Amino acid sequence: MWKWLHPYAKPETTYHLTGRLIPWFSYLSIILLTIGLVWALLFSPADYQQGDSFRIFYIHVPSATLSMGIYVGMAIAALCSIVWQLKLADASAAAMAPIGAVFTFISLVTGAAWGKPMWGTWWIWDARLTSQLILLFLFLGVIALHNAFEDKVMAGKAAGILTLVGVINIPIIKYSVEWWNTLHQGATVSKMGKPSMTLDMLWPFIFSYMGFIFLIVVITCIRFRTEILARNGMRQWVRDLAVKGES
Amino acid sequence: MSDTAITSQLNQPIALSYRSAFMLILKRDVTLAFRHKDDIINPILFFIIVITLFPLGIGPEANTLSRIAPGIIWVAALLSTLLSLDRLFKSDYNDGSLEQMLLSPHPIFILVLAKIVAHWLLTGLPLIFIAPLLAVLLHLNENSYGALMITLLLGTPILSLIGAIGVALTVGIKKGGVLLSLLVLPLYIPVLIFATSAIDTAAMNLPFTGQLAIIAALFFSTLTLAPFAVSSALKVSTN
Amino acid sequence: MQFDSINAFFAMGGYGFYVWLSYGVSALMIALLIFMSCRSHKKTKEQIAKRYHRENKLREAAKKQAEQQTQSQAELLEEPHESTS
Repeated sequence: MWKWLHPYAKPETTYHLTGRLIPWFSYLSIILLTIGLVWALLFSPADYQQGDSFRIFYIHVPSATLSMGIYVGMAIAALCSIVWQLKLADASAAAMAPIGAVFTFISLVTGAAWGKPMWGTWWIWDARLTSQLILLFLFLGVIALHNAFEDKVMAGKAAGILTLVGVINIPIIKYSVEWWNTLHQGATVSKMGKPSMTLDMLWPFIFSYMGFIFLIVVITCIRFRTEILARNGMRQWVRDLAVKGES
Repeated sequence: MSDTAITSQLNQPIALSYRSAFMLILKRDVTLAFRHKDDIINPILFFIIVITLFPLGIGPEANTLSRIAPGIIWVAALLSTLLSLDRLFKSDYNDGSLEQMLLSPHPIFILVLAKIVAHWLLTGLPLIFIAPLLAVLLHLNENSYGALMITLLLGTPILSLIGAIGVALTVGIKKGGVLLSLLVLPLYIPVLIFATSAIDTAAMNLPFTGQLAIIAALFFSTLTLAPFAVSSALKVSTN
Repeated sequence: MQFDSINAFFAMGGYGFYVWLSYGVSALMIALLIFMSCRSHKKTKEQIAKRYHRENKLREAAKKQAEQQTQSQAELLEEPHESTS
């Protein structure tokens, strides 16, 4: 199995592979997001308690859970780069940090816009909101550490250690709902078996969720390719590519 | 003893036991700190001044002050620890003795732990002695003094341990000061939350063993894990 | 279709401002992220190409200089030879 994976550890192969995959993933993401969000905005029923403000749910929840997912992905990549010295894992971790920060920010803004009509206030110092804010700080710290080093490889190593230290925060985010019993409503899509939503609401949610996943994959690929180029600037294939792209 | 003498002693082929290596670094750091007394006194002065600023900003009503006293004391403790963190590795990094330590045959874990313990003895411990006096100024609830002392005793080592990771990551960067606070402060938040909640619970005469257990768990997990993170971060920074 | 008219759609049952605020901010942030990512990709490529051209130029200049030097040296060597003849 490792033999099969081996060629993909070579930056050039991975660069071209991701380049070929980007269009397909972006088509998929556009289609899924269009179906999901049009369904969510036009056809899904309004919530019997929250009315039409419930439609924020279809972007709030994906961005909130996926931002945590991005952090975990970043931590796994950092672990791979520290344990096996994989340079590409390092590059992918560096590529994911700004995306995670943006999605965390989106989840905070949409949460605030949902909280204002529902709870009557933009912000509540509730466990989940607070831990999401801390997650944003963690992302910003990783980005700042990346920018502080001149040398990309050293920056990647340092940021990797910070990511692994910060990943301890993820369980705190996950279980904070149980630790502090506050205003925030319980998880809506709690158990896979019997979700507390109707199917008319669940389907658009699944579509937009998948669309966001592919969107993140596409942006990660774009940034990942940039990181590969920046780290291999002295290689001949990178130079050929850069000169060819310029003309 | 000069510090170069000690680092050269560490590099000697004669096997030092783990404990004597630990004690050697600890003694060295404490001696060095006592030579530059500002390093010990300034964070404490900062702690005191920040706490006196709050009543001036908020107003002298005893009720309000006693309500927010735990938070103020703990936030001030976080900030003064943050201020003092810089000297943990910086001077050793600048004069090259840090690299010597990393090259010595002893496990880095022990050396790093010794440095962190020295840092806590010089900054965390004085805070614990001064905090009750400042709590009097802030009209802290009488039931809370015990909780304040215990949470500070368990919590300040966590601050030193986590802070050491941040310093180790930023020691090679020229303007690491602001970056350090950005990296470290979010990681301090759980300690702050549970410590202040323990003090608040104590004020209501309720048992606060739950929060204490969580702080203790945080303490022991950082005690075992943080030195590893610090040593790998130092290896990255000094390479 | 949940809404009777386009106005009802924009009003969102009174929650229009909040719904469109969150959708708008999300779309803006994601568009900005994609734009920045593409731009940094292009910039990195340009920088590498620029560096490559600069190094090429330097290398060629060095080569030319070396050639000139050897030529002038050869001339210098040849001159006394010519004078003697």
